[in-house]
Amino acid sequence: MSGAGLAGNEELLAEQGAQQGSARQLLRRFRAHRLAFASTIVLLVLLVVCFGADWIAPFPQGKQDLLLGPTPPSLEHLLGTDELGRDFLSEILYAGRISLAIGLFVALLSTFVGTALGAVAGYVGGTPGELLMRITDLFLIVPAIALLAVIVQGLGPSPVTIVFALTALGWTYIARVVRAQVLSLREKDFIEAARGIGASNLRIIVSHLLPNLAGVLAVGMSLAVASAIIAESTLSFLGFGVQSPQTSWGSMLSQAAGYVGTPQVYLLYFPGLFILVTVLAVNFIGDGLRDALDPQGKHL
Amino acid sequence: MFTFIIRRVLYSIPVILVASFVLFWAVRSTFDPLAKLRQAHDPSVIQREIERLGLDRSIVEQYFLWLKAFVTGDWGTSSRTGSPVFQLIGEALWPTAQLAFWGLLVAVVIAGAVSVYSAVRRYSLGDNLLTGASYLGIAMPAFWFGLILIQTFAVWPKEQFGLAEPPLYFVGLHSPGESGFNLDYLRHLVLPVAALMIALVATWSRFGRAAMLDALSSDYVRTARAKGVPRRQIIWRHAVRNSLAPFVTVVALDAAVLIGGLVVTEQIFAIPGMGRLFLDSLVAGDVFVLLPWMIVVAIAVVICNLLADIGYALLDPRVRLR
Amino acid sequence: MSAEVLLEVEHLSIAFPTETGLARTVEDVSFVLHAGETLGIVGESGSGKSMTAMAIMGILPKSAIVTGSIRLRGRELLGLSDDELREVRGRRIAIVFQDALAALNPVMTVGDQLVEAVRVHRPDLSAAEHRARAVELLALVGIPSPEQRMARYPHEFSGGMRQRVMIGMSIANEPELLIADEATTALDVTVQAQILDVLREVQARTGTTVMLITHDLGVVAGSADRVLVMYSGGVVESAPVEPIFYDTAHPYTAGLLASLPRLDRRSRDERLFQIPGQPPLPTAWPAGCRFAPRCRHAIAGRCDVAVPAAVEVGAGHTAACVRIGEWQEEAR
Repeated sequence: MSGAGLAGNEELLAEQGAQQGSARQLLRRFRAHRLAFASTIVLLVLLVVCFGADWIAPFPQGKQDLLLGPTPPSLEHLLGTDELGRDFLSEILYAGRISLAIGLFVALLSTFVGTALGAVAGYVGGTPGELLMRITDLFLIVPAIALLAVIVQGLGPSPVTIVFALTALGWTYIARVVRAQVLSLREKDFIEAARGIGASNLRIIVSHLLPNLAGVLAVGMSLAVASAIIAESTLSFLGFGVQSPQTSWGSMLSQAAGYVGTPQVYLLYFPGLFILVTVLAVNFIGDGLRDALDPQGKHL
Repeated sequence: MFTFIIRRVLYSIPVILVASFVLFWAVRSTFDPLAKLRQAHDPSVIQREIERLGLDRSIVEQYFLWLKAFVTGDWGTSSRTGSPVFQLIGEALWPTAQLAFWGLLVAVVIAGAVSVYSAVRRYSLGDNLLTGASYLGIAMPAFWFGLILIQTFAVWPKEQFGLAEPPLYFVGLHSPGESGFNLDYLRHLVLPVAALMIALVATWSRFGRAAMLDALSSDYVRTARAKGVPRRQIIWRHAVRNSLAPFVTVVALDAAVLIGGLVVTEQIFAIPGMGRLFLDSLVAGDVFVLLPWMIVVAIAVVICNLLADIGYALLDPRVRLR
Repeated sequence: MSAEVLLEVEHLSIAFPTETGLARTVEDVSFVLHAGETLGIVGESGSGKSMTAMAIMGILPKSAIVTGSIRLRGRELLGLSDDELREVRGRRIAIVFQDALAALNPVMTVGDQLVEAVRVHRPDLSAAEHRARAVELLALVGIPSPEQRMARYPHEFSGGMRQRVMIGMSIANEPELLIADEATTALDVTVQAQILDVLREVQARTGTTVMLITHDLGVVAGSADRVLVMYSGGVVESAPVEPIFYDTAHPYTAGLLASLPRLDRRSRDERLFQIPGQPPLPTAWPAGCRFAPRCRHAIAGRCDVAVPAAVEVGAGHTAACVRIGEWQEEAR
């Protein structure tokens, strides 16, 4: 290789580094998305009050007051009490731990699995890559909720099996988008240049492709959190969710289904509102991240 | 066009075969088809069953044994009810098909209307409200929405105004003794259809809006403007017509999501369809129903994907040559 | 050439509000178009030439801030309602865009699109008459077996054939003014020449006035009667076609000419001339002459003070430069 060619390649690499933009710039663009910024605060507050429920919740988990029984929201019990006199706000905060944990774990795991498989499939290309995509196609043929129910029922319902089942289905989306990104990126000049100066395949994947995938992954992860929380609640409603004595927002909601048509119908609204607010916040954060990482809106 | 359709149909067959094998393998390795027999029957009965299903042979042999029976219409009997599976599924399909039909119809009409309105009146108050509504629709569990609908449009008005009957029903598709297409049927349909379509309308209208905006900012719309074509014709003859192909594709590809929604909706509204059959069979560990159920659903989804392909080719002349 | 004035553009300015400030794409552009002539508008991309065309057509995006005056036979076009403009668009003024593949509707047959162009302005005619006119138009622009081609889709045509369709569509209602906006740019050189021929034939047959927008001085040389050179949203030189080439009055025009490949001048190791630098961003124009930062004849204190006014340097020949005469001396 000639000296001039090498210099040209390094110029291209430098240019690529500059394109990624500074972290401060990303932060500024994210903050410009006001909904996303507010959503981040909402989500942080939710995480703190749920995981800090031992200290923050007004009543301990499962503390019954049978004499009190069900009461509508009052100053003492902000969201009222259920038929056993348990403070509903405290119950929701404790239940939130499992809902949020399931959402976060599923997002992390499926992003990890999906990125690894998708990046390899895209980079290797050819038959193995095609094969992987055909496998992800198969997942789209049977409704996800049915597969989830079968897996959870087959393995026995628990938060761990629910996370496993949601990950088993959730990785395909990220794998698809990652593969598509890698396929388009590998044709780009700076990858060619890196190959030209003798970088190894692994090094190319890790140092050049993954940073470029940041936008796709950020959005994919927020989608994964959102869909995992909703899927968990739906599984609970169908009877394949978190089992008593453990509770999640979904299991509280499916319990509350029995209150439709009774004076305690307020118990139906609150857990659902927590799910709604959490998922909305996560979705807005995803939107904000996408706008910040991909201002031209070309790739997503 | 004809050969195009034939080719796509032929391509779908291996997809269904592979999917059915994977499902067969997954269900066989998680559920014991003999679970119920083991409790009550003597070893000789179990032995006969093992031989009948080929459980002592390899998974591939078991699959082909099962496939042969499945294709010839011998779907076995339910271990839960004892009735033939073919008959069970056949009976369950009809209510589900009705619900799917109405849900799809209403969802496509509403999502389409919202898409066109939101794109044409971009950033107007109406567009912003609809965008907000779609965010809510995507962010809430559909069953929760369904329960709130029941409380708001059936239970509450009945109590509040002391009615003998709720204005909208929330159990089944017909009142006892009623049948056919009548007011009673419609009063049963409104709530399940609304619960079924909420998430679909939210996602499809987002997508449709984006497709319409794409079309409206395209060069051919600029050409139409330069030709002096009236605005209404630009929207309908050019922009909508061009957005149709991607929109139809997204709708058809969401068939599996629609069926998933049916499972939930049938559970909320106690409609004796495929969804209820699936849940009841799953709880009872009735693999003899679960497997054919999933194959039937998979075939339905593959047919929808096929229709998506054909629809795209019909709507976009550029595809036909391929 | 008839002296009848067809189109007057006066002090036309177009700007877009953006996050980083007002983007000025056209600033104080004035020119006159006489009936029957061919006016070439030359400039690099971003010089505002296409924006000017879109303003004349009334198809700028809604966010555009447009001031000045555009008069067609004395009638003001700016400020007309959409309905009033529709009577002008496609009937009195028509345009041919650059990328015919994108500019034609991909899901409508070529015939339907031609019929539409006829129908919107002649609703009084029957469907059969619309169709007959469409076929006639295809034949007019030199498309073989037009009857059969009516049912074809744009992607089934070659690039040159598509551009012919575009031209056919634009002349459907025999417009008084035909704007060709980079109509030949995306095409092969031989096809380019054919399309220019088609345009010339159309003009000879219908006597329409043509506005030929291009970045290629070569295209202008063979086709235009007069030339307008635009740079960074303003007109820097305006003249009949010959003085532009042989009596250049603006350094930018000179730079454009020098960057044309010429057989007689080019020796083996001589590189093609390039104007150094980039045009200024529309949000950050320099004070004074906008070409000054790239101009090798620019002098501090004179060129960066005020935007130079157009100075008459010959018959119908103006240039916006404060150093006319001086820079030619330096260049020699």
